[in-house]
Amino acid sequence: MGNIKNFSDFMGLYVEGFKKMTWGRTLWIIIFIKLFIMFAVLKVFFFPNFLNSKADTPDQKSEYVSKELTNRN
Amino acid sequence: MNQIDASLVDWSRAQFALTAMYHWLFVPLTLGLAVIMSIMETIYYRTGDLKWKRTTKFWMKIFGINFAIGVATGIILEFEFGTNWSNYSWFVGDIFGAPLAIEGIFAFFMEATFIAVMFFGWDRVSKRFHLASTWLVTFGATMSALWILIANAWMQYPIGMQFNPDTVRNEMFDFWAIVLSPIAINKFTHTVLSGWMLGSAFVLGISSWYLIKGREKIFALDSIKIATIIGFVGILLSIYTGDGSAHQVADKQPMKLAAMEGLYDGGHGLGIVVIGALDPNKKFDDGKSPYLFSIEIPKMLSFLAKRDLDAYVPGIRNIIEGGYETAEGEALSVEEKMRLGRLSIAGLADYRKAKKGGDAEAAIIAKAQLDENFKYFGYGYFKSPEDGIPNVALVFYAFRIMIILSGYFMLLFIIVWYFIYKKKYEKMKWLQWICLLSIPLAYITSQSGWVVSEVGRQPWAIQDILPVMAAVSSVNVGSVKATFFIFVALFTILLIAEVSIMVKQIAAGPEDLEEEPLNK
Repeated sequence: MGNIKNFSDFMGLYVEGFKKMTWGRTLWIIIFIKLFIMFAVLKVFFFPNFLNSKADTPDQKSEYVSKELTNRN
Repeated sequence: MNQIDASLVDWSRAQFALTAMYHWLFVPLTLGLAVIMSIMETIYYRTGDLKWKRTTKFWMKIFGINFAIGVATGIILEFEFGTNWSNYSWFVGDIFGAPLAIEGIFAFFMEATFIAVMFFGWDRVSKRFHLASTWLVTFGATMSALWILIANAWMQYPIGMQFNPDTVRNEMFDFWAIVLSPIAINKFTHTVLSGWMLGSAFVLGISSWYLIKGREKIFALDSIKIATIIGFVGILLSIYTGDGSAHQVADKQPMKLAAMEGLYDGGHGLGIVVIGALDPNKKFDDGKSPYLFSIEIPKMLSFLAKRDLDAYVPGIRNIIEGGYETAEGEALSVEEKMRLGRLSIAGLADYRKAKKGGDAEAAIIAKAQLDENFKYFGYGYFKSPEDGIPNVALVFYAFRIMIILSGYFMLLFIIVWYFIYKKKYEKMKWLQWICLLSIPLAYITSQSGWVVSEVGRQPWAIQDILPVMAAVSSVNVGSVKATFFIFVALFTILLIAEVSIMVKQIAAGPEDLEEEPLNK
C-alpha cells in the first residue's frame, strides 16, 4: 500500500488531501450548503414524517393506515 | 369514505418525478465515467505511460464534480416517501427498507473509503492499490444502483412477501426471490449499461470539443478510443437486456407493453411499430386505429413479447375486457378484478374489526377473504376500468425516443471509432460538432427509458396491489405544490453550480504531471 502503513497514515491521507484541495473546496462548500438545506430546512419544515404526526406507536400507525386503506375512495 | 383530491396525486407524482429525474442526471454519468476512468487507469497501470495517468486524472476530476453535486439528492426521494407517500411507506414495510439500508451501507463504506484513496492517494499508495481503489469505487457505485433497482423491480413485480393484516405491512419471507427477481436482474443490467452509454457519449462529446478548439489532441483521441468502445459495448449489451426487460414486461405488466406499442386491440402475429403517430382522440373501446400513421416490422411484437412469431399479444381493450388466454388461465376483466379488490379491502376492514371485538371465527373468515383476493387488492380503488390505463402517448413516444436515440448512438460510436482507426477523425470538424451536440441527446435517451418504466406502470405504486391514489398521504395539496416549486428553484441553482464548475474544469483541461514531460 505504498506509504500507508497504519490507520494514522490512512487518516493522514484524508487530512492532507483536504488541505491540498483547490477546486474541490468549492465542491465541498456546495455539498455542505446542499446538505444543510436538505436536512435543516427541507426535512424539518417541509418533510416531517407524516405518520409520526398521526400516531405514536406502531400499533397506532397500523390502525391509521388500515383506516386510510379501507376508507379511501 | 375518504375522498382524495386527484390534484394531490398528480402534484405528489410530479414532485417525485422531478426529484427522480434530477437525481438521474448524475447517476448514469457516475456509472459510465467510473468504468471509463477505471479502464484508463488500468491501461496506465499496465503500460506505465504517463499520458494515461493524465487522462485518467482528468476524467476522475469530472467524475468527482458530478459525484459531489449528485450525492445525497436521492435522499430527498426518501423524504417524499415519508411525507407524501406514507401509506405506501408503511404498506411496503421491510421489503423496501432492506435493499435501501444495504445500499446505504455500500454507498457509505465502499465509496466513501475508496473514493478518498482514489482522489488523494495517487502518490501515497502503490499503483496497484490505487487501481484497486478506483475499481472498488466503480464496483461500489454499481452495487448501490443494484439495491435501488431491486427495490424498484419489486414494485413492478411484487414477490417474496406476505401481507400481514395485523401490522398492515408486507413482510419479506424470501429475500432471494426479491433479489434474484428476473425483473430486477434485467432492470439492473439494462440501467447500468445505459449509464455506460451516457458516460461514453459525454466523454466523446467533451473530447471532441478539445479537437474543435485544437487543444489536447492526444488526450482527446485516447479518450475517444475508450469511449467509443465502452459506448458500443454498453448499447450492444443493453439491446440484449432491453429485450429481456420487454419480454418480462409482456409477461408481468401487459398493460405497460400495450402502452409502449399504442396497442388497443390485440391479436396474433402482431408487428412492432418502428415509427408512428398516435391519434390523440383515440378511446380505448372505439374500435378505430390508434395510429395516424405507422411503419411496422411484421410479427416482431409477437416474437419479442412471447418468442413466437404468431403468439397472441393483448391490447389495452383486451386487458380491460379480459377473456383471452394466459399461462394462468383466462384473463379476468378489470371490472371483475375491481370487484375482487373490493372484497379484499373489505376483508381487511372486517378482519381488524373482528380482532378488536375478539371474534376469532369472524377474523378467520375475513382473513381468508382478504388473502384469497389480495392479488387484486389495488383494483378495489378504481372508480372505472379506465383508471388502469397509463398515459399511452407519453409511454409510446418515450419508448421510441429511447430506441431511436440508442440506435443513433450505436451508429455514432461505430462511425467515430472507424475514423479514429483511419486517423481521420481529428480533421472532421463537422463530426466533432455532432458528437459535442449529442451530449444532451444521451440524457434524453436515459430519461426516456425511465419514463417508459415508471409512467408505463401507472396507476400502480406497487403493481396490482397499491395504486398511487391509495399510496398517497392525506396531506395538503398546497404544501406539495409549494415544495415542488422550491425543488424547481433548488435543483436549478444546483445544476447551474455543477455545470459552471464542470465547464470551468473542462476549459482548464487536463493538468500536466510533474514527473516527466508528456507526449502532447
